[in-house]
Amino acid sequence: MNAQTSIGQPNVVAMVFFFIIIAITLGITYWAARRTSTTEHFYAAGRTVSPAQNGLALAGDYMSAASFLGIAGLVSTTGFDGLIYSTGWLVGWPVVLFLIAEPLRNLGKYTFADVVALRLKQVPVRIAAAIGTLATVTFYLIAQMVGAGGLIKLMFGLSYETAIVIVGVAMIAYVLFGGMLATTWVQIVKAVLLLGGAFVLAMLVLARFGFNPVALFGAAATKYGQAVLAPGKLVSNPWDAVSLGMALMFGTAGLPHIRMRFYTVPDAKAARTSVFYATGLIGFFYLLTFVLGFGAMVLVGPDAIKTVDKGGNMAAPLLAEFIGGTPFLGFIAAVAFATILAVVAGLALAGASALSHDLWVSVVKRGQASGAEELKVARAATVVLGVAAVLLGITFKGQNVAFMVSLAFAIAASGNFPALLLAIFWRRFSTAGAVASMLTGTFGTLLLIWLSPTVQVDILHRASALFPLKNPALVTIPLSFVVRVTVSLLSAPRGASDFALHERQMHMGTAGD
Amino acid sequence: MTQPAVDNSSQLRALAEARNKVALILTVAMIVIYFGFIILIAFDKALLARIVVPGLSLGILLGALVIVASWLLTWYYVRWANAHYDTALTAMGRNEGPR
Repeated sequence: MNAQTSIGQPNVVAMVFFFIIIAITLGITYWAARRTSTTEHFYAAGRTVSPAQNGLALAGDYMSAASFLGIAGLVSTTGFDGLIYSTGWLVGWPVVLFLIAEPLRNLGKYTFADVVALRLKQVPVRIAAAIGTLATVTFYLIAQMVGAGGLIKLMFGLSYETAIVIVGVAMIAYVLFGGMLATTWVQIVKAVLLLGGAFVLAMLVLARFGFNPVALFGAAATKYGQAVLAPGKLVSNPWDAVSLGMALMFGTAGLPHIRMRFYTVPDAKAARTSVFYATGLIGFFYLLTFVLGFGAMVLVGPDAIKTVDKGGNMAAPLLAEFIGGTPFLGFIAAVAFATILAVVAGLALAGASALSHDLWVSVVKRGQASGAEELKVARAATVVLGVAAVLLGITFKGQNVAFMVSLAFAIAASGNFPALLLAIFWRRFSTAGAVASMLTGTFGTLLLIWLSPTVQVDILHRASALFPLKNPALVTIPLSFVVRVTVSLLSAPRGASDFALHERQMHMGTAGD
Repeated sequence: MTQPAVDNSSQLRALAEARNKVALILTVAMIVIYFGFIILIAFDKALLARIVVPGLSLGILLGALVIVASWLLTWYYVRWANAHYDTALTAMGRNEGPR
């Protein structure tokens, strides 16, 4: 019954596309390296990225292999339930636009700590913000690395370790030499490939159903029962669904690699326009995942998909092979590879900026460091992060990484998002409140995930877990806000009188510089 | 760039209030739409299982509409900001252009 598949065997077309993508991205890096000589270039591409380019790059930064392969797999094996992620991963973007994008651009320089520390004591705020950033980046990076290793092994037949090292070396090369400019263009290339590839695949699927998605869903229901069109067993605990929804919605606004992209455009208006484009592109992509998932369910079949990979991650590549044979499989495999590269490059750059700009320059050197020194430290930090990512990826081989993605989103939503939101909009404001909130959000999330069924039952195989929810965002986001407000009100308010100036800069932009 | 000679702080305050209000309303709208969908998934699975036309359940229809609603809200905000917010800022002498 198993469909004939060449997945897992070296695929000539995949190899050719794979080398073309590596060659193009390294070419971009070489070009970008000659234009990257200052910290402003390294962190922010000289602030010359156009809104349309940044919109594509945001989409490329955000749409991970998890959303392409994971959602298609989930929909193809569970039906409707997979679509919970399709919507959840989009609805954070309007929130980013309404609350974060423009103030962030006007108030900060390179990192979100710039904004949080603006009216406060630099050292404690920078340390707390860097902890939140590095925690988010590390967990997201591990999840991407482990996913990449498994994926490339399945698609190209390379060993897991070889695959991780290739991804790590490419990531270090882009960021180390080409900084934000190379990262931006790698993300743009990836976004075009991913959107184009998913669009062509979806159209080829729909062509078999008279270009009518409803006919496709109907075929799925006829073959596998009406239940595939309705919420099923993925959401067993209602509060889990709400908690996951909160992490997805507010986590997007707390992701360091997304926030950093707003510093690459010339002004706040461009930041606004770029989120508008990104929301359009990402929403379009998630609508395509409806078609890809149900297409794989009808044309390939859940059993055949699970035979190749238990998690269902090969649904989209299998669908491509069913429709376009080995060459199309090769193309889609290469697109998935490019997808991973673009996301890890963005993460590495965000992590490097926290280490160099926030920790080294503002904490260790108390703000007394030359641009040349900061650039040197940022590059060293890139190498350190890249090597760490490779080692962690190999260490966590074979582990269930789903909880790391939920960890990254939960920390972003509870540690990073409340701090930034109140720093932008709240008049009463204190250093102690900001630090307490960021640390509570980050460490509270870590603790509750440790006590959750995801770790206690699924990984440690205990009978029950102390904390009932798989995702702690329902508790930790409100907690972080409450801690922030309470501690701020209890400690002496600092900077209340600066608020008029703060507000002026938030709307009018910085004077001079 | 020097600050404008006229004191426009009360104008700026009013504009800030206006933007905060628009941002708040739109954010709440997004939260209501998305969590309305999630709460239906969590607490009323039977309703979402209802078939609207053969092949299309209410759940899939609402899921697609959540995405469309996200688009409409961002479109509305960008239109408002381009028309009102930017115009007011330019009138107040915002620092514009590449730096």
